[in-house]
Amino acid sequence: MPQHILPVSTYLLIFAALLALLLATVGAQYIELGPYNILLALTIAIFKAVLVVLYFMHVRFSSRLTWIFASAAFLWLGILLTFVMADYLMR
Amino acid sequence: MADTLVAHQFDDMDQQRDAASLGMWIFLATEVMFFGGLFAAYAVYRWSYPAAFAEASHQLNALLGAANTAVLLTSSLCMALAVHAAQTGSRRRLMLFLALTMILGSLFLVIKGYEWSHEIHLGLLPGATFTYVSPSPAFSATQVEMYFMLYFLMTGVHGFHMIIGLCLLMYLMVQAFRKRFTPDYFAPVEVIGLYWHFVDVVWIFLFPLLYLIGSK
Repeated sequence: MPQHILPVSTYLLIFAALLALLLATVGAQYIELGPYNILLALTIAIFKAVLVVLYFMHVRFSSRLTWIFASAAFLWLGILLTFVMADYLMR
Repeated sequence: MADTLVAHQFDDMDQQRDAASLGMWIFLATEVMFFGGLFAAYAVYRWSYPAAFAEASHQLNALLGAANTAVLLTSSLCMALAVHAAQTGSRRRLMLFLALTMILGSLFLVIKGYEWSHEIHLGLLPGATFTYVSPSPAFSATQVEMYFMLYFLMTGVHGFHMIIGLCLLMYLMVQAFRKRFTPDYFAPVEVIGLYWHFVDVVWIFLFPLLYLIGSK
């Protein structure tokens, strides 16, 4: 694939979004949500990670093969966590 | 250009560059598995000892953790801009942003080291040095020790990755100084950038999981 050079403004925009999400993570701790605090924190973390992977790591503009390998890594992580926790949650 | 020849197994420069990124992604997939085991252990023990984990997490300085997250996110921005400078053939900007990435990466380790020394001073390092006494019958000191076992292991392994990253950035700096990179050939900058961003992603998950348990 021909290389895709992102404009500097895109990187700055993503960086601003990451900092805003960091503030959201910290702010969310001051709201009492019981077990949903962890879910909210993890959701924000996943959003941040996706932004880094897609833009800073250029996956959005990479070949399909790179997409497969990047997704496979997190798919297998998901399988690991799901099966381990399925065991503990149902004991 | 003489020093940007396509190796004979590739059709063209684009394919060669894609192959370099793909190779790094395969390595990063193994890194996801490596950290994944630690995250799985964390999930099991947090599920088993929720009260102890919330109490243990309050022993940390969440403000320093948040500041360190900002430092690391900024270093990632600098790394992305370094790759951009390499793509556009600006050697001065490449070296500037590599230097900024290294300074911010080092600052992260300094802050992390300060936190560690404070926590060790408080007697929170697991093992013979662990002197924490549980203030509540709801959980035992051993359960809090389990949290700190995971805390020191996960932040330690993460910090070790940062140190490796800094060594790799030093290598890039030398190569940039020797004018080894051109807009046609900068694969080392790109793939070490991928590694650096990955280490950032790990911290993005470590921060809320370790510092922010239970509401304030």
